[in-house]
Amino acid sequence: MRFSYYPGCTLKTKAKELNNYALKCVEALGLDVKEIEEWQCCGAVYPQARDEIATKLSAVRTLNYAKGEDGKLLTLCSACHNVLKRVNEDMISDANVRLKANNYLQLEEEYAGETEVIHYLEMLRDYVGWDNLKAKVVNPLKGVKIGAYYGCLLLRPSKVMAFDNPENPTIIEDFIKAIGATPVVYPYRNECCGAYVSLDEPAISKKKSNAILDSASANGADMVITACPLCMYNLKHMGDSVVDVKYFTEILAEALGVKED
Amino acid sequence: MQRIGVFVCWCGSNIAATVDVERVAEAVKSEPGVVFSTQYQYMCSENGQQLIRQAIKEHNLTGVVVCSCSPRMHEATFRKTAESAGINPYMVEIANIREQVSWIHKDIEEGTEKAIILARTAIAKVNLNAPLTAGETKVTKRALVIGGGIAGIQSALDIAEAGYEVDIVETKPTIGGRMAQLDKTFPTLDCAACILTPKMVDVAQNEKITLYTYSEIEDVKGFVGNFSVKIRKKARYINEDACTGCGVCMNACPSKKGLNEFNQGLNNRPAIYIPFAQAIPNIAVIDPQQCLKIKNGKCGLCAMKCPSNAIDYTQTDEIVEREYGAIVVATGYKTIDLDKFGEYAYNESKDVVTSLELERLMNAAGPTKGTLLRPSDGEHPHDITFIQCVGSRDTSGCGKPYCSKICCMYTAKHAMLIREKYPDVKVHIFYIDVRTPGKNYDEFYRRAAEQYGVDYIKGMVGKVYPQPNGKLLVQGSDLINNEQVLIESDMVVLATAIEPEPSVRRIATLLTTSIDTNNFLTEAHAKLRPVESPTAGIFLSGVCQGPKDIPETVSQASACAAKVIGLLAKNTLKGNACVAGPDESMCNGCSVCANVCPYGAITYVDKEFRLGGGKTETRRVSQVNQAICQGCGACTVACPSGAMDLKGFANKQIMAEVEAICKR
Repeated sequence: MRFSYYPGCTLKTKAKELNNYALKCVEALGLDVKEIEEWQCCGAVYPQARDEIATKLSAVRTLNYAKGEDGKLLTLCSACHNVLKRVNEDMISDANVRLKANNYLQLEEEYAGETEVIHYLEMLRDYVGWDNLKAKVVNPLKGVKIGAYYGCLLLRPSKVMAFDNPENPTIIEDFIKAIGATPVVYPYRNECCGAYVSLDEPAISKKKSNAILDSASANGADMVITACPLCMYNLKHMGDSVVDVKYFTEILAEALGVKED
Repeated sequence: MQRIGVFVCWCGSNIAATVDVERVAEAVKSEPGVVFSTQYQYMCSENGQQLIRQAIKEHNLTGVVVCSCSPRMHEATFRKTAESAGINPYMVEIANIREQVSWIHKDIEEGTEKAIILARTAIAKVNLNAPLTAGETKVTKRALVIGGGIAGIQSALDIAEAGYEVDIVETKPTIGGRMAQLDKTFPTLDCAACILTPKMVDVAQNEKITLYTYSEIEDVKGFVGNFSVKIRKKARYINEDACTGCGVCMNACPSKKGLNEFNQGLNNRPAIYIPFAQAIPNIAVIDPQQCLKIKNGKCGLCAMKCPSNAIDYTQTDEIVEREYGAIVVATGYKTIDLDKFGEYAYNESKDVVTSLELERLMNAAGPTKGTLLRPSDGEHPHDITFIQCVGSRDTSGCGKPYCSKICCMYTAKHAMLIREKYPDVKVHIFYIDVRTPGKNYDEFYRRAAEQYGVDYIKGMVGKVYPQPNGKLLVQGSDLINNEQVLIESDMVVLATAIEPEPSVRRIATLLTTSIDTNNFLTEAHAKLRPVESPTAGIFLSGVCQGPKDIPETVSQASACAAKVIGLLAKNTLKGNACVAGPDESMCNGCSVCANVCPYGAITYVDKEFRLGGGKTETRRVSQVNQAICQGCGACTVACPSGAMDLKGFANKQIMAEVEAICKR
């Protein structure tokens, strides 16, 4: 089974390491992951206007491409995952969007949401399995206390994303356990980092990011991990905490012993 | 040939505005059997009824068709009118030209045409109607009350007061229900136990009332006036007559880790226990899942210590079968599960409690003996935040769409009691709206806000963050000041939505009565018959019908009792004249009808039939007990040979109606 991988723009520029470590790990895990050819922008932000079609089209192109492969679209960036998954849901459940998008794209065969959008973490949970992952760890991160930072995009809207319990998620904690580290549960782990507000109101972003990092630190975390380039930016550049912030793929690569290749 | 009179009602402008009533009256004149036809403004008025009576006499009518509102509204009225003029009430048919025509059509042409068709249909049926006489059934003069909370207690006491016998079936080992768990009651702040326990004692001492505690309804058969109910008396493992309620066994029991249900699981109880000091009956019960002796045969300490030899580990469930004339449902409520409300950290922090748990934490008989202490560390709290509408008025799908009705008042009560007893404690309340209609209710709430200095904040709470220092950080919005607020509290109290006790679904199925999308039992009429269920002989008391506080529950419980007394006061009930019966020449005794009959009205007999030429044969044929048959018609549909028919709704009558509709 092949996963069609969608990296998205940030993973080729600002968040190269999120991408690079992820690719090293799938190789180590023996998964068949192939980057989509000539992929386009995911749409960046899911449009809130009910009648907005144009900005959903590039997402539909990506989804349709994956349908032509094994129907499994693998995502990594939280923002891309959110947009692709929600547009896919529209293609399943909103007849108006489905009709118009198909009319615009003139595909050979109508696209109606057949592709499964899978986040890298979901792939680890559902296709690799925590026990198998644990077995492949060569360098368990014993004694490292890690706080999972979920942010908002992976979890909400919860009915569409169906990622995990939106208030008390466990998937990243399970991941941390699988690579041998100790998860630190802290109440701010699914709070907003400030997102794009950091552009025009950096003070708000600063406050939010610090609240998250302070809460993680107060609960004993040495490190916070994330799957989102925007969260990473805010936590790193807006927050002034001593807690280290890393992409989850980096510590996965470390645990699998492929970080320094 | 029938002599039929047709009476078309205007219902003021209700019908006449959309149906040309004169044309309807004129159009049916030529129908077979019709000898008289007229229209009138209000046929149900005394003048209208007089018009019908007069026409019956003058034209020697044998059948009547009234074109008016739904038969649910006035069929009984017009049947009485006809009867008083000397014709059989079952010779009256209603053509519903209001609900089925004028209220749903706008076009007069269309409406009039449909009204004429419906009138013809009713005429076609009356042509085949025959006089029917209803049988009578005896009324069993005993009532069953399901549920022994304040609703069931009040209904039972009132019915017993009128001189009728009442049985209460309660699933818990004691009566008292939710009210027994409450500390104080609004708006007068008297202690719940002080006003409830005397009533519980009254129940125990009333010789008209029989208590079946720790018991469940197993099966219900029969119909209004004649219910037959199987009650499962679960094994208490205690000889009820011998137990004196001394409590020695509770101290002897080594297995003390059962969750104390009466204290909402906030502390533990032994495997053998009396739920609380004033329990009625004051008899112990053994939790078989927890008892070491019952589980693995090793222990028996309580039996050794019991001074009255009351313990019997071999006891088994017992089924009691009793007859009743009326059944009261008073199954009450529970607070909803909070699994879908992760943002309030209820499962993460012991210091986040529901309001019902707070009742126990403030009660002198509760786990902290009435001193309000923080559950996590037993320290005195200095700051408490209440969150209202947790799961109430919630359209997100996580909670309930309705208002639980009692929370605004009990939260004001909690806030006031805390401020009164511990003036150093700061109290904040987040609310969407404060809803306190009711006698002396708004005054009560204002007292909390104005005199007791309770900090009322209009807005919802987004999240409760348990902090490493043991405190709870409450983040919410203050809509009046338009700002985000962060409050560091020692405890958070959730005004959790209430929902009907889940077992009510099973009870409703057993009683064949209806239930709404929120599992509340449906009343026969939302305004005019609020304590009766649509199923005859089933009555509704308390929260099983909708959210209610104690005063309202008690009022409804008494109203319910009045309806039950009205029923039990009758010696007989007029049965249903429209009963089923087989055409024995066609019946082959296949048993299909008996299998579908929900009332158990059908039996079989062997009967001798003459075949001609002096020969006879004996065949098994079905027989309908007319006193039990409710005329539902299930058997007539199920009968494979078409032998079963329903009086008043015979197959040929229905076919005549269908033909009248199709004929243009």
